[in-house]
Amino acid sequence: MSKPRADAYQEFIKGLWRENPVFAQVLGMCPMLAVTNSAVNALAMGGATFFVLVASSLLVATLKRWIPRQVRISTYVIIIATFVTVTDYTLQALIPEIHKELGAFIPLIVANCLILGRQESFASRQPVRLALMDAAGMGAGFLFALLALGSVREVLGEGAWFGIDLFGPGFEPWVIMILPPGGFLTLGLLLLLFSWIAERRQRLAERLAELETQTR
Amino acid sequence: MSQDPDLTPAASDTRPAEPTSLRLVTALSLAGLLSGIIIVSVYEATLPTITAYQARMLREAVFEVLPGIERIQRLVYRDGILVAEDAEDTDDEAIFGGYGGSGELVGYAIPSAGPGFQDTIRLLYGYLPSQRQVSGMEILESRETPGLGDKIYKDQSFVDAFRGLAIDPEIRAVKKGTASAVNEVDAITGATISSKAVVRIINEGNQRWLARLAVPGDQPTEERPEPPATGG
Repeated sequence: MSKPRADAYQEFIKGLWRENPVFAQVLGMCPMLAVTNSAVNALAMGGATFFVLVASSLLVATLKRWIPRQVRISTYVIIIATFVTVTDYTLQALIPEIHKELGAFIPLIVANCLILGRQESFASRQPVRLALMDAAGMGAGFLFALLALGSVREVLGEGAWFGIDLFGPGFEPWVIMILPPGGFLTLGLLLLLFSWIAERRQRLAERLAELETQTR
Repeated sequence: MSQDPDLTPAASDTRPAEPTSLRLVTALSLAGLLSGIIIVSVYEATLPTITAYQARMLREAVFEVLPGIERIQRLVYRDGILVAEDAEDTDDEAIFGGYGGSGELVGYAIPSAGPGFQDTIRLLYGYLPSQRQVSGMEILESRETPGLGDKIYKDQSFVDAFRGLAIDPEIRAVKKGTASAVNEVDAITGATISSKAVVRIINEGNQRWLARLAVPGDQPTEERPEPPATGG
């Protein structure tokens, strides 16, 4: 019985690192660049996307037998749009200040190809449990990437993290980091870092395999 | 639902037969119907909280821009006069009257909106008719550039410049550090367009409302320049 559990764990963990939606698949760039000017905005956006992705995947995986193939994409879009609208109203009622900051980007989660992509390539072909783990992993990976970008930009651009002043009055904020160019710069540097780590890990694995064959 | 191999030879791995259009229409309609029901119920459930929050923010803003008031009253302009009107379901433009401890009128809080650098800026400002001064300004809604344009509400010295600002002949935004007259404010460095937009929105609010706020006795008659003669 440990095999399926390991599978589910793999489905979750691949979204965090190996197939990270931002660093590996480079999906969802629009909210990625637009709302990561502070850590709290990134957290709210990541949380909203996580909820929509998990809820949609759960529903699509559950209902896949009854969704006719010819209208599947339209049905997925209806399902996703419903969850996005629900999220939009809920955030507006619960955290109106942050909802105001995120502006048009909450409704635009509908257009995030990460979500539709997971429905078409995974949730509609896999059992509910695996689809749930896959969505949770991808959602968490997206949240992690947004938070990384938002933290770097807020720390450098405002000298603060989650609104808490870090460096005192002596720090001159690097304003460009919270402007759009800062988003591109930070994203580029993080992609570089990610590829570098991934390459190192691969080299290490190759070396280990080599050593193993030699000792044999 | 296994298929008869005799009917579909060599196609045991193909998909089941095309569903009828009726089935497709039914599936999509059902999805749409369910979606609609869910959205409407969530909308109904969250609407009271959302409107209550907006109303509270507006009330707080009124007390913010009119210092020293004890009570406020929503006023609408109807048939040439200002009348007290609490119901918000009419389309009339509304302002707020702020009253002091003994019930005297201190000033008005006037909402106004206009284009900013990126999107509409909505703001509320206090106006003291007795002194012909703006007594404060609060941005209700804006999407100005983070780090630059958003200083119109994050930069305290810019916000403070609207406390006790003369409105005659009209408010002007001037280069940072050069404000000298009582009707001038320092524009924010790097956000000149946003600063000027705020000033313009207040001036437009004044043009629309000041003539309507007839306070008998102590309102000096407004001197308006002659409109340019139209030739032809």
